[in-house]
Formats: sequence, structure tokens, C-alpha cells
Amino acid sequence: MEVISQDRILDINIGPQHPSTHGVLRMVVSLCGETIININPIIGYLHRGLEKMAENRTYLQYLPIVDRIDYLSGFFCSYAYLNGIEKLLNITPSEKAKYIRTITMEMNRITSHLLWLGCFLMDLGASSPFFYAFIEREKIIDILEDLTGSRMMYNYYTLGGVKRDIDIDILNRIKEFSDHFETALKEYEDLIEGNPIFLSRTKNIGLINKETANQYSITGANLRASGIKKDLRKDSPYLIYNNIDFEVPVLNNEDSFSRFVIRIKEMRESKKIILQCYNWLINHIKDEEIKSNINFMHIKPEGKVISEVESPRGLLQCIIHADGTKKPYRIKWRTPSFYSVQLINNLAKNYKLPDLMSIFGSLDVIMPEVDR
Amino acid sequence: MSIFYLIYIEFMIRINAPHWLIFALWHLISFIFIAILLVITVIILVLFERKYLAFYTRRKGPNRVGTYGCLQTIADAIKLLFKENIEPKNIDKMIYYTAPLLVFSPIMTVWFLIPFTSGIIPFDSSCSLLLFMAILSIPILATLFAGFSSGNKYSLIGGLRACTQAISSEIPLFLCLISISILSGSMNLDSIVKMQNDSIFQWYIFPNILGFIIFFISALIVMNRTPFDLPEAESELTAGYHSEYSGMKFAMFFLGEYALTFILSAFIATLFLGGYNSPMGFYISDLLNLPIIFQEFLKNIEQFIWLMLKTGILILIIMWIRASYPRLTTEKTLIFSWYILTPLAIFNIFIMAIYKLLRSIL
Repeated sequence: MEVISQDRILDINIGPQHPSTHGVLRMVVSLCGETIININPIIGYLHRGLEKMAENRTYLQYLPIVDRIDYLSGFFCSYAYLNGIEKLLNITPSEKAKYIRTITMEMNRITSHLLWLGCFLMDLGASSPFFYAFIEREKIIDILEDLTGSRMMYNYYTLGGVKRDIDIDILNRIKEFSDHFETALKEYEDLIEGNPIFLSRTKNIGLINKETANQYSITGANLRASGIKKDLRKDSPYLIYNNIDFEVPVLNNEDSFSRFVIRIKEMRESKKIILQCYNWLINHIKDEEIKSNINFMHIKPEGKVISEVESPRGLLQCIIHADGTKKPYRIKWRTPSFYSVQLINNLAKNYKLPDLMSIFGSLDVIMPEVDR
Repeated sequence: MSIFYLIYIEFMIRINAPHWLIFALWHLISFIFIAILLVITVIILVLFERKYLAFYTRRKGPNRVGTYGCLQTIADAIKLLFKENIEPKNIDKMIYYTAPLLVFSPIMTVWFLIPFTSGIIPFDSSCSLLLFMAILSIPILATLFAGFSSGNKYSLIGGLRACTQAISSEIPLFLCLISISILSGSMNLDSIVKMQNDSIFQWYIFPNILGFIIFFISALIVMNRTPFDLPEAESELTAGYHSEYSGMKFAMFFLGEYALTFILSAFIATLFLGGYNSPMGFYISDLLNLPIIFQEFLKNIEQFIWLMLKTGILILIIMWIRASYPRLTTEKTLIFSWYILTPLAIFNIFIMAIYKLLRSIL
């Protein structure tokens, strides 16, 4: 590579306040013309000390905070945390609770992917897909609001199950939504997938090869777009995923475009899972047991546990070290975006400045999850 | 000479006005008329675009100020007018303040060249196409000035992009004008329009469809509209070259962009879609039995409506493109315009020359 003299390099500060850094990421980008020489991502602008907060709160007090780790997929964080405690206390949630958890988590996955879709296209300069994605997202969020009482910070799961039972009305609305969701997905594909400008902006750009993906321990859709079939829901099924028929989409193209296709396909699979859960739940609407009888306030678990979940952005782990007191000794979160954000220098180097947005957007990085 | 001009002269001679006043006043009147027209069109256009985008994305759009939000743009303009003048630290003062002026005045000048009706041609010149080419290069200079004088790195990149884009887009644009000149044998816009008057098949879009497409795309690049809105790419450069401009200075850039959109659409309509000519080949006012003055007056109104309709359809297409397309990258825009548009435009000149030759022989 030719050496570029220092006076031809322009250092530009993108973020922490910038339309396309998805929150508060700061990137110090060295440019030569519009070519990117180096990117230095700086995180920590949204650090709220969520791990440290756990140490001076009881297990119940920490529960509502967990949703804030990733505000777009709160159910997954709640599940990871509660599943860890349940493992320590040997509590098995009832079958119905498992199904309710699955159906809500899959709906949450769709909302997260839809928001990503809108923002990604916004980064590329198209404004309409953002609104189209939000129309569908709003429908799910309305359903979840009626079910849980909150639109984003659900705080709905509890020890051994969920706080409120799902009723027939909400189930019917879920059914109605998933029946119509296919038309919406078709619309996104019609609008976006064949668009030559979109293709030129995403195809063969931001290649993550298998080696890099493994080196940086990338998980989730970003990994599956690189041709590695790894999905926790299939590899070590939790909840009721082994009763459910679904596929894990994998593509070998490694580029931004395949990450887009993978996420669209994943939404389709989520819709399939939702419909299967609906079919089970509609037959078991009379089941009463949705949570355990143990008082959450006074639990004193002991031991170390790693609990995992396949979140929309990849593998989410919650590592709980409990020492037999009311409060956890230490809680550590392994969040997938933290690993994706490190890729940016590797991926966007030697591309042009506009490609940085298309690459960074395609990784689906959520800043609160990175900083915690 | 148009009937309005004759009436005007008749009137002025009757009141014994001096010669120079007759001449100067006529230009002043047309200037005021056209300037007001431009401002009104831009105000309507901004609202129309917002409403259209809202419709496209299933929203309501502005609906608070006035009925259906019809006064929203005026309210916005008043708000911007009363904003504090914020001056960044590292600016080159003179250039910084020249830029917003420079963006609007040339656009206004280009506006004068358009024959609105057979009676209203604010500035009738035998080389108006040449003037169009010359004046249209100036607003780009304003973008460049803004980018370089703001003392902001985002603005700088925006300015650089505007510069590279301008050079690459204006060449195919002007090459298409040459093809029109070949077809009409004139550089006068009014005679270009008059050549297209008989029927819809006389419109230059029919022999020159390739030229129309190239001109339209290059015009999109000149206007900085999506998918070529790179100099102000929001997701990359926050606001691009006008990052450091606020209040009325920003409004100048904003209105300038819309005015340019409108004017270039009107130019496309004039050059390729028959201008003010009726697509039916006759005017409704011709069919009525009215005194000649009224008939002429009605005909002018009708011609104006036709021009605005054609311009409106073109603007609708531009907005449609904006609503549904992502943004290209600089590199690809340049490749597109140097490797595809420019060679095609040159090729088009040859086709048009051969077409003209064949028509004169046959």
C-alpha cells in the first residue's frame, strides 16, 4: 500500500451526535479525499453502569433495569437474566409460560429488525422505507402494550414465567398481524431489493469473511450472512424451540446486502414461529399456571451461571455470580453489538465515506447495548 | 410583439411618457411580476413536496397552520426570518455571506429566460440557451463558497462533492442543449417553443427521447436532488455545505434549491414538451367568439396553465424519485455521468444531426 503523507489526511469526527451513528458512537475517521484511511470507534457515551448497579440491588430490583440494556429487544435481556436465576433456583417455567415467552420474544425480534430496516435505508438516503417499517412496528408495539402495559420497557417476565396471562383478544390480534405481515414484507422487498441504487450501495461492500467473523466473535445475523450456520435456537434449543418448525437462513455472500436479505428472511421465520405458538396457545388458553409461587423478593440463589439467548443482534449472555445473599455478587453482560462495533475499522477501511454508513448500518449496532 | 406590449406602448404614448421610461418601466413590471411568481411557486412547491411525501409514506403532513397546512411554508419562512444571526468562529466572512446571495440571484435570472406564454417573455434574447448555460453555472459556485468558507469539515466535503458533481453533470446537460439547437436551428427559447406548436408529435421529446432522459438525469444532479443529493447527504455529512448556515441564510439555500428544481423542470417542459403549447394543437379560447383582446388574454392564461401543468408533472416525477430511491455515492455518480451520460449525449448529437439532415432531404 502506498504511503500517504500526513498533510493529505483529514481527520473528521463523526458523532457522538450524528444522524447515522445510531445513538452516541463517536468515530474518528481519517480521510484522504473521500477514502477512509482509518477509523477509530470510541464508545462509552451511553455508559450507565448497568453491571455495577446490579451489585447494590436485590434480584427483583434489578429486573426492570434489565430492559434498558437493549431498548429495542427488552424481552431478550429479561429472559437471559431470569433464566439464569431460574437455573440457580431450579425453577422450570410452565409450558404455557414458555410459549408466551417465545411468542413475545419473536414479536420483539420483528420490531427490532423492522427498526433496523428503516434506519439502514435512512442511512442510505431513502426516507420512505423508514415510515413503512414503522407502520408495521407500531402494530406489534400496540399489541405488546396491551399485553404488558408498556411500549418498549416491558418488564413483563417474572420468576418462572410471565406477570400477566395472555387473553384470547390479544391472541387474535397477533394472528391478524401475522397474517398481514407477509404483504408488508413483500412490499419492502419490492421497494428495496430490486432497486439498482440500493444494490450498488450494498452488494460486495463490507465483506466479513468467516475468519474475521470468528476472530471478532461475531454472532447473529451478521455471522449467518457470512455463511456460518449458528443459531442458538437450533444449536441448543431453549424454551420450546425444539417443538417448533423453523429454518435458520444462511447466505454466503458476506456483504451488506446479504445481511439485509438475512434479516428479511428472519422476520419471515419469526412470523412462522409466532403462528405456531399461537396455535398452541389458542388450544391451551385455559391453562392457569404462568408463574412460579416463589416470592421473588426473598430469593437467595448461590452459584455461577451463564444464561444465553439468541437476541436479534446475536448471542446475548448474562453471567450471574450469586453468593447466597439477597443481592448478586456480580452480573456480567455479553452483548453482541459490542463485538460488531469493533469490526468497523476492519470493514470500512479503503472504502469511501458514504460506504461507511452503509456498512455500519448493516451491522445493526445498538449503542446502549454496547455501553451498558 | 405580443398584444400586451402593444397595448402598453399605446397607453404610454397617450399619456406622453418619455421614451426611456416606457422601456425601463416595461422591464420593471415584468421583473416584479416574475419575481413574485417565483416566490409564490416556491412556497407552493415546498408545501406540495411535504404533502406528497406525507401521502407517499401514509402520513398527514403539515396540517396545523391554515386549512390543510396551506400556510405552513409562510410560517416557516417567518420563523426563519426572525432567527438570530449565528456566525461561526472560523469563517471567511466575505465569502460566507456572499454564498447565500449568490445561490438565489442567478436562479432568478434564469427564470427570466423562460417564455411563459406567447405574450409574456420577460427577457427575449436570440441566444437565451447560451445565457442559460452560463448563468446556471453560478449557483454551484455558491455551494462551493459555502463549503469552503464555513470552517467546518463536513461543509468542506460537501463543497468538494458539489464541485466535482457540477463539472460532471453540466457537460451532458449542455450537450443536450446542443442537440435541441440542432433540431430547432435556433438558440432562442421562444422560437424553440414555436417550432413545437402544431401538435403533440412536434414536441422535441419524440425525435430526441434520449436527449430528454439524459437532460432529466443531469438536471437531477444539478438540482442536488435524490438520488444525487450528495453535497448535503444528511446521513453522512449532517447538512453538508450549509451545515453552518442558520436562519434566513439557510432559507436562501433551501428556497434556492426548490427554485432551481422548479426552473429546471420548466426548462425541460419548454425544451422537450412543447413549452406553453397546448398538446391538443388548439386552444379552447380560439373556439370562442370573443373580441380579439379578450381572446388573446384568455389564450395567454391557457398557455400559462399548460406550461405549469407540464412542469408540475415533471416535478411530481422528481418527487416520486426522491420518495423511493436511496442515495448514490459520489464515486458512482461520477462514473455514471462521465462514462454513461456524457458519451450518450455526444452520440445523441450525431443522431439528431442525421435526423435533421434526413428530414430536410425527404
